[in-house]
Amino acid sequence: MRQRPNAQRPNYLAGLGSLVWLALVGLPLYVLLISTLRTTSNYSTQGPLSFPSQLTLSNYLSAFDNGFGQDFLNTLIVTVSVVGIVLLVVPPLAYAIVRAKGRTISVVFRVFLLGLAVPAQAVIVPMFYVISKAGLYDHLIGVILPTAAFSMPVCTLVLTGAMRDITPDLYEAMAIDGASPWRVFRQLVLPLSKGGLSSIVVFSALQAWNGFLFPLILTQSDSTKVITLGLYNFQTEHGVDVPGLLSAVVLSMLPIFVVYLFARRALVQGLMGVGGK
Amino acid sequence: MSALSFTTELGRRRLKARRPGVGATRPGFAWAVPATVFFLLFAILPLVLVAVLSFTSWDGITSPHFNGLANWTKLFDDPVMTQSIWLTLVLTVLGVVTQTPISILLGVWAAGHQRNRAVLSAIFFVPLLLSATAVSVLWRALLDPNFGLPGQLPWLFGNGNLLGSQAGSIAVLTFVGMWQFTPLHALLYQGGARAVPQVLYQAAAIDGAGTVRQFFHITLPQLRNTMITSVILMVVGGLTTFDTVLILTQGGPGTDTTVSAYYMYEQGFKNFDFGAGSAIALVLVVVATLISLAVVRISGYDKMRSTAEGI
Repeated sequence: MRQRPNAQRPNYLAGLGSLVWLALVGLPLYVLLISTLRTTSNYSTQGPLSFPSQLTLSNYLSAFDNGFGQDFLNTLIVTVSVVGIVLLVVPPLAYAIVRAKGRTISVVFRVFLLGLAVPAQAVIVPMFYVISKAGLYDHLIGVILPTAAFSMPVCTLVLTGAMRDITPDLYEAMAIDGASPWRVFRQLVLPLSKGGLSSIVVFSALQAWNGFLFPLILTQSDSTKVITLGLYNFQTEHGVDVPGLLSAVVLSMLPIFVVYLFARRALVQGLMGVGGK
Repeated sequence: MSALSFTTELGRRRLKARRPGVGATRPGFAWAVPATVFFLLFAILPLVLVAVLSFTSWDGITSPHFNGLANWTKLFDDPVMTQSIWLTLVLTVLGVVTQTPISILLGVWAAGHQRNRAVLSAIFFVPLLLSATAVSVLWRALLDPNFGLPGQLPWLFGNGNLLGSQAGSIAVLTFVGMWQFTPLHALLYQGGARAVPQVLYQAAAIDGAGTVRQFFHITLPQLRNTMITSVILMVVGGLTTFDTVLILTQGGPGTDTTVSAYYMYEQGFKNFDFGAGSAIALVLVVVATLISLAVVRISGYDKMRSTAEGI
């Protein structure tokens, strides 16, 4: 791999582009981090670019005074539940799509593919209707259910792709042993589609953690507020406290950033898997 | 919808892949039931309801009641609606045009083996980790005319009040969209570029083709399928732009950046006219589906066997 002929000839065009991009990404991230470490008055007088004369952690502490802890907990509950639902129902579905016989299952697969083309934005009004009718308005479960449903099409596609890569010979070997579908699923399909499974965990977790639209229209209380909604409310209510606001932004991405640091490969491959290879 | 024809193709391939004699260990349809019921209830049912609700008048509190075509006639006479469709299309095209070249360059670069590549690409992809909300909140603070970057970099931002004009607001929305989504698409292209057979480059190098020619004659054509996936994602994403508009411009100044998705939200959840909101939503679904279908048709994506499992 390392002796590729074009490896000796660097791609200057792409290299230059990457430096420009580094500035475009790096500068805002620098301002984001440095602003959270200065006081609000320091931010307004010195401006966002200069390095603050005095560093403080008070912005982070006040974020927790503003209820960030509760938002964090709610987001965690939503994320864990969404990933749980997806992991519970999508692998059996994908297994059936790949292995079951009959017309019904291919209709089902088409319905899920159709779901790929439906943006969540398009259904917020009827979703509000359905969730209110079900008595789930302003409950976390009312956010969890639609979020899980809307991450299913992509997860199904990714996982069926992974399961198709399992060679028929392996199924036949297990069939000769007289294995039940459940045993095949547990001992063959699940272990051999680990890559696909981690992709759908990454994808559905990111969807849930960063989700904004469903919480925006389906909740209203502080007790059911998730982080993204907290950021939005914070901005509309105390938009002038930029260091406070940006501290909440940093805190909101912290868990994902930790995953990114320690499992960058899994995360990146997960996202790549979602886009298709 | 967009995927119907290539689904048929998938179905055909699956039939071919089947082998006789192993039926006993195949799972039954029951395995698919929980996911299907769940999906029908919380995704397909709302989709059907959006069409029904577009023929009703509903304030969100009392029960909806049918009012025939009232929402639709109102919608077609509404200049803000017509404008919102144009704005949405403009933003979508600008998004595709700005994000595609940059993400191809970044992706191809990240697929290479340069020194420092690992460290740099770790930084490049950080915007992926931020929610759309966080990105919008961050840029709104950064672009604040009084306390943000414009005050410190007047040579770059002019009078500084970018969000005060329509052109400025559209530029900001396009830029923030690019900042937020380019990493994802670059990642797709990185995956695509890694999958290009090395033999092609070796052959080209023997023929004396330089890096630039290799890029245009091998890398780009080989990335065609990735490009289709990426463009469809950008189009659907662009047509449903909402979070950035809500947080950065609130559809303003005036209604200058009131895109369709935002207009729908405003009609429904601010003016409590959920019937009108549903009608706009239905327009969005139809337009998004038609465009996806068109991209699939024009590109011949539905006829490509090798990539049928792509997106």
